[in-house]
Amino acid sequence: MKFLQDLMFNKIRPNFAKGGKFEKYYKAYEAMETFAFVPPHTTHSGAHIRDAIDLKRTMFLVVIALVPSLLFGMWNTGHQYYLSIGEMTGLMDGMIDKLLFGAIRVLPLVIVSYVVGLGIEFGVAVAKNHSVNEGYLVSGMLIPLVLPSELPLWMAAVATAFAVIIGKEVFGGTGMNILNPALTARAFLFFAYPTKMSGNMVWIPQESGMAQVDGYTGETLLSQAYNAPAGTEFGSVAYNAAGEPFGSLAETMSASFWGWIPGSIGETSAFAILIGAAILLYTGIGSWRIMLSFLVGGLAMSSIFNAWGANSFMMVHPIQQLLMGSFLFGMVFMATDPVSAAQTNTGKWIYGFFAGFFGIMIRVFNPAYPEGIMMAILFMNVMAPLIDHYVVQANINRRMKRAKLATA
Amino acid sequence: MPKNVKIRRGANIKLAGVAERIKGDAPFPASFAIKPTDFHGLTPKMVLKEGAEVKAGQEIFHDKYNDKVKYTAPVSGEISEVVRGAKRRILEVRIVPDKEQKYETFDVSGITTGENVKEVLMASGFWPMIKQRPYDVVADPMTKPKAIFVSAFDSAPLGADYDFVLHGQKEAFQRGLDALKLMTDGKVHLSTRGGSTPDEVFSSASGVEKNTFSGPHPAGNVGIQIHHIDPINKGDKVWTVNAQHVMMIGRFLMTGKPDFSKTIAIAGSEVKKPRYMTTIVGASMRALIEGEINEGSNRIISGNLLTGDAVGAEGYLGFYHDVVTVIPEGNEPQFMGWLTPNFHKFSLSRSYFSWLMPNKKYSLNTNQNGEDRAFVVTGEYESVLPMDIYPVYLLKAIMTKDIEKMENLGIYEVAPEDLALCEYACTSKTPVQDILREGLDLAQEELG
Repeated sequence: MKFLQDLMFNKIRPNFAKGGKFEKYYKAYEAMETFAFVPPHTTHSGAHIRDAIDLKRTMFLVVIALVPSLLFGMWNTGHQYYLSIGEMTGLMDGMIDKLLFGAIRVLPLVIVSYVVGLGIEFGVAVAKNHSVNEGYLVSGMLIPLVLPSELPLWMAAVATAFAVIIGKEVFGGTGMNILNPALTARAFLFFAYPTKMSGNMVWIPQESGMAQVDGYTGETLLSQAYNAPAGTEFGSVAYNAAGEPFGSLAETMSASFWGWIPGSIGETSAFAILIGAAILLYTGIGSWRIMLSFLVGGLAMSSIFNAWGANSFMMVHPIQQLLMGSFLFGMVFMATDPVSAAQTNTGKWIYGFFAGFFGIMIRVFNPAYPEGIMMAILFMNVMAPLIDHYVVQANINRRMKRAKLATA
Repeated sequence: MPKNVKIRRGANIKLAGVAERIKGDAPFPASFAIKPTDFHGLTPKMVLKEGAEVKAGQEIFHDKYNDKVKYTAPVSGEISEVVRGAKRRILEVRIVPDKEQKYETFDVSGITTGENVKEVLMASGFWPMIKQRPYDVVADPMTKPKAIFVSAFDSAPLGADYDFVLHGQKEAFQRGLDALKLMTDGKVHLSTRGGSTPDEVFSSASGVEKNTFSGPHPAGNVGIQIHHIDPINKGDKVWTVNAQHVMMIGRFLMTGKPDFSKTIAIAGSEVKKPRYMTTIVGASMRALIEGEINEGSNRIISGNLLTGDAVGAEGYLGFYHDVVTVIPEGNEPQFMGWLTPNFHKFSLSRSYFSWLMPNKKYSLNTNQNGEDRAFVVTGEYESVLPMDIYPVYLLKAIMTKDIEKMENLGIYEVAPEDLALCEYACTSKTPVQDILREGLDLAQEELG
């Protein structure tokens, strides 16, 4: 490794140091070097030893947690396509073909997201002479996973640029932002190009010259639930990309859990998401308070709708309601973003609960589009500082009260 | 009412090189130093010049704003050098000791009031052993504290074991407690480790309120104990004294001889035989570590790993320190260090594999393990600070110099050492203790 270090960094470092040719680009160089080698910085004040964890490790572990969703998303993109044209419809058929088909659709989105996002991050770091923050390692993976696989790449690029600049850099970079950057990207697309982000035509890839099977609608389960005729039980009328009904609630639930249904790339498989959740919870990187309260909030709202039962969307079984759409993905990867979430422990409970609660509420009431998790989390991102303010104020009041008792 | 408190939040960092319970005499140092920088916020006014002869207990400088609080020589000898830093600030006053030690004598008979105690302690240089909260500075002798707190154990990693250090010093310790009691109308609180039997020196102590604290570090920090026993409100003043200092004060009051000898632990993974040694306040590190430590690039710390000063081999033992810690420097870059499993690294989170080996003792180095970043991860500080305080909000109030908010968020209750674990745990490598110290200085200046 000494060799590598000499070759890659020790030789060219003087060019970037003060007085060197590329002095201006020092921060970009530093990001590269610290990426390859944990720097030899030693503690210079305060505690002489420090925990092994740093932001690179933290962010990297979140990326690891996203890998199951990414891989499944690739396969599922292929699977949905082949299902829609009526070839290799069995789950185990053409595993490699489906994965390759999906990879060709998904990886360009991932690459565009990273190239555009990191490009802006490096540019801003150089311009403002601050260090490149690792936060984008995660955002760059989250953005493609919440997009439909059919999204044109240039749109993904525009959305990423918007998210990084307006969602993050104008506030001062990672740690200072108010909204979750990945959700900002999705919200931007949703409002800027609604036809590419909703409806029935965006979820399943189409190739020219390939005809879809009879009964094909391209609808997501949420859209089916939204449009289900009054009085029907959603679980037993839901159907897959080829238009074949699942038959029973249990079958629908199972398909939603494993994730072979249409939807955004990373959101369909509850199973893959839960693997990620296990990694985040076990390493202590994701907040269990937020995840748990988010789940409880979602369950509470869908149970209330069940009891109310004004239409068939409200009557969807609570568990099925949570398995569909982006509820779990939002719960595990979006709501838990420590920067945009509430920061106090009490605040996290409140924040998570209402994000889940409003998520389902908006999903069912939204007249334009049957999903609301993104909106609910963004709304709670905005509310989080207010929640924290009251939690901290309660602490201050306790202290004041104590002081009063002592003097009385 | 005595309290038995169970601390849940905190962490024990298991390290190699815990001092064994063996006591020996350190070689007599060839040089001593008294460092005004040990006493935070002190402006020293020199009384003696370079070349002057001093006796142990004789004044070298005093507090510019209170000439009664004297800082005295720990040993007799000749003042060899006054080391100054930027703006001629005095950093060290070095003394080359005599072969035969000569002591000032103090009249300690007829001490019956707090004022008597204060006078003799201030004159002899023992007064600075008494510290004050808020602000964690040398106590102001003009005030009367609400209560005085003594922690009977050090829970910091590689900390000294006072049960061992003070064993057999029952009378001196009791005399010290009695003296403290004279100076307050409130209680003197002595907190021992819960779930274990303290040494006789503590269990037989009388006239004090005995509390117990169990749980991980920082349970032994006096600041945490105050918070759970009788928290500091606005306007309160409390005093704290290190357990060994209580004994030293008692010993002095029994004999009138200003004896500054103390037992320290020499610990850390680079110490060949970690154990206890008897030496004198201000001893040169050279004498303590010569032949005791492994070759290589080491950091020599006066004090513990979380709060001590990196004084180096040519430095001196700090006034308040009873541990000398030696660990390896971590100034080697590591390839993809954030990515590899790193079985030798320790983390409180489970992002490394240290959680698989709960009993492994780690030999940690001084690498910062990452770069400085903005606050990103939340909840880390709270999980190692067993106080009803929001540390990140407090630090942000300090950074924005919002005095009212600092006050509201509880700055009176904390000292840098209480938040040392937060600094250790921080993913963003925030210099917590420096920021807090800045805030304490600001608050003291503005609020008094």
